[in-house]
Amino acid sequence: MAEKYKLLKDAIRLEIEDFTFPKKEYRTARHDTVLPYNWALGPTWIRFFDGLKEEKILGTRCKKCNKVLVPARTFCPICYEDMEEWVELPQEGNVETWCLVNYKYYGQVKKPPYIIAQIRLDKADCSLTHFIGGFSLSDLGKVRNKMKTVSRVKAVWSKEKHGDIYDIAYFKPV
Amino acid sequence: MGRAVAVIGTGQTKHGRRDDLSYPDLVREAVKKVFEDAGITLKDVDGVVYGSMPSMMEGVAYNHFYFADALRVVGKPLLRTETCGSTGQSVAHTAIHWVASGMADVVLAVASEKEHEGDAQATMMTILEPFLQVVIGGAPLAFSLQSREWMGYYHIDDDKAREAASIVSVDSHNGGLANPFAHIRVQLTKEDVSTAPIITYPVRLYDVCPVSDGACAVIFASEEKAKKICKKPAWVKGMGFRGEEYFIGDSNKAVWQSTIEASKEAYKEAGITNPLKELDVAEVYNPFSYQELMFLECLGLCPPGEAPDYVIKGTFSPGGELPCDPSGGVLCTNPIGAAGLIRVAEAALQVTGKAGEHQVEGAKLALSHAMGGAEQFNGITILGSEL
Amino acid sequence: MAEQKEKPRKVASMGMVPYEMALGPTWTRFFEGFKEKKILGTKCRKCGRILVPARPFCPRCFEPMEEWVEVAQEGTVVTWSYVNYTYFGVTPDMIPVIGATIKLDGVDCGTGMWTQIGGFDIKDFELVTKKVKVGAKVRAVWRRKRQGNFRDIDYWKIIE
Repeated sequence: MAEKYKLLKDAIRLEIEDFTFPKKEYRTARHDTVLPYNWALGPTWIRFFDGLKEEKILGTRCKKCNKVLVPARTFCPICYEDMEEWVELPQEGNVETWCLVNYKYYGQVKKPPYIIAQIRLDKADCSLTHFIGGFSLSDLGKVRNKMKTVSRVKAVWSKEKHGDIYDIAYFKPV
Repeated sequence: MGRAVAVIGTGQTKHGRRDDLSYPDLVREAVKKVFEDAGITLKDVDGVVYGSMPSMMEGVAYNHFYFADALRVVGKPLLRTETCGSTGQSVAHTAIHWVASGMADVVLAVASEKEHEGDAQATMMTILEPFLQVVIGGAPLAFSLQSREWMGYYHIDDDKAREAASIVSVDSHNGGLANPFAHIRVQLTKEDVSTAPIITYPVRLYDVCPVSDGACAVIFASEEKAKKICKKPAWVKGMGFRGEEYFIGDSNKAVWQSTIEASKEAYKEAGITNPLKELDVAEVYNPFSYQELMFLECLGLCPPGEAPDYVIKGTFSPGGELPCDPSGGVLCTNPIGAAGLIRVAEAALQVTGKAGEHQVEGAKLALSHAMGGAEQFNGITILGSEL
Repeated sequence: MAEQKEKPRKVASMGMVPYEMALGPTWTRFFEGFKEKKILGTKCRKCGRILVPARPFCPRCFEPMEEWVEVAQEGTVVTWSYVNYTYFGVTPDMIPVIGATIKLDGVDCGTGMWTQIGGFDIKDFELVTKKVKVGAKVRAVWRRKRQGNFRDIDYWKIIE
């Protein structure tokens, strides 16, 4: 594990594991690139994440095209106008698409298997990317059959809140 | 060169520490301004060119995706160009080629950086592979090594180079004070600069650019569109760009071939035979005051080895024969990806008389320039008020 | 909603990406030379230049550089600088360092990597400016235990 990782590991919540490459017959140089980041959230996303801390999902509405987008945006991508009207959205919605992730890659935020989905919350004009959970994923065959019956899901909140997207733990089928 | 191309609008954010905005919103600030300045709408735009430093700088890979909304790229073609420090010039050149070729009439060029969100030096070191060219010292080391190579090659006295570099720093910082967009706006004396803490000797604190957040947007248009839409277009008179080898020791960095050849190409295209006399203002890429001395020589603005003499007698200072970096240059404002494009924007402001407090009186022909990599790429764009 | 003065909030994060880079036959052989305290260069059959580090091909002629030459371990300082600041990954205990580009005798380019001047109290800045000059002669000082990487040369010593 790169020495530089130790300089940062206490500043962030994600666990980074050490990585071993498969053995190679030719000479190589092993190197980890480790870089620190400090992203400015801006007023829109500060307010969106504060909403999550209070178990609210907030979107913004464009006064020109009237679309409500979530997560909240500073400006409408189509009209380019500021989206100044804030809307508290219902926490239930339809599953537009889903996928079971069953392989590992470096830096994954969740241990597989897990389900990622596009969820269209009621009253929103776009879908939100998040996890679907609340049931066992150990038998993949059973998951497929279960998901055939799922059309609506509802947000389940994490007990501990940090003001990030994982304050919503996952969406469970209703 | 193809069809004639002009700058019909520029937009810059207030550069500096912009924790008040998320990165996409910062990009949008510049894009909104350029549309207002050019007086056009999105449907007039045929394509978008975007560039910034390597994505590791702010941690979001290929950030033209992240900025797709802010760049108004939804439904438009996009080209991404990056060449490290010379990204801004490469972005401008890509946009100019696009319009000059006849494949587009109006192209939006944007470049940005938000360096307070990452560690600029640590990121820049990743352009060197980690098993051969391993250095401690970042960009300041690379350019200090180059500066001393130049001083050694031309037998320039340390004290003389120090005095000239201090004058460059003072002039640039005075420019920053006259530029409302500049990041660093402080009054400095030669004494302040010469005795500041050492960063990578001979470079001291005020010989180095700041860590800045900022974005710049420029709109290029064909001759027909420019004459129809814009009251005062800034015409592209010439361009040049050259690259060099990867290994730092492979070329003589005192006689900097990429800068020399790129500027020759630009002057030839622009029909300039005596740049010092014919240019009215030069926006030279100057993240390091010592390096500006080298650029003045390699851009053909003064004889090789004599930049300190010319600087000391005031040739490149405000009111001199060829004022350099009246905007404050990179020494006052360095959102790296945008810095090269800011030079183009500033050159355009100068030749169209829109530079406000830092306007060089009667400027008609301006040079803009940027350098990238570990002294590997140099790009130049010359703008003029006449076609 | 009432206007609130929001203090700009930032979220800390980190990028960590592991890499394993193939050295290729040329650089593998180059670093094997280090294990034997040898500095190896390659010669271009077209322009005749000898370059260090050894290269698979000449950057100007684009021809393969297949002739290997063991080069001198002494050379002259082309340029140097005194590094006196930190950034992420460079901690205060790691500075100062004196970076340099060195032209080894008989080699046709400067070598600007793993070339740090040392062998005296480099924390004494006045001493550094006295001893280290463009044109000074230097010699490689090897580490006793070598792994076949850039750290095998401990530092470059100024030869009076």
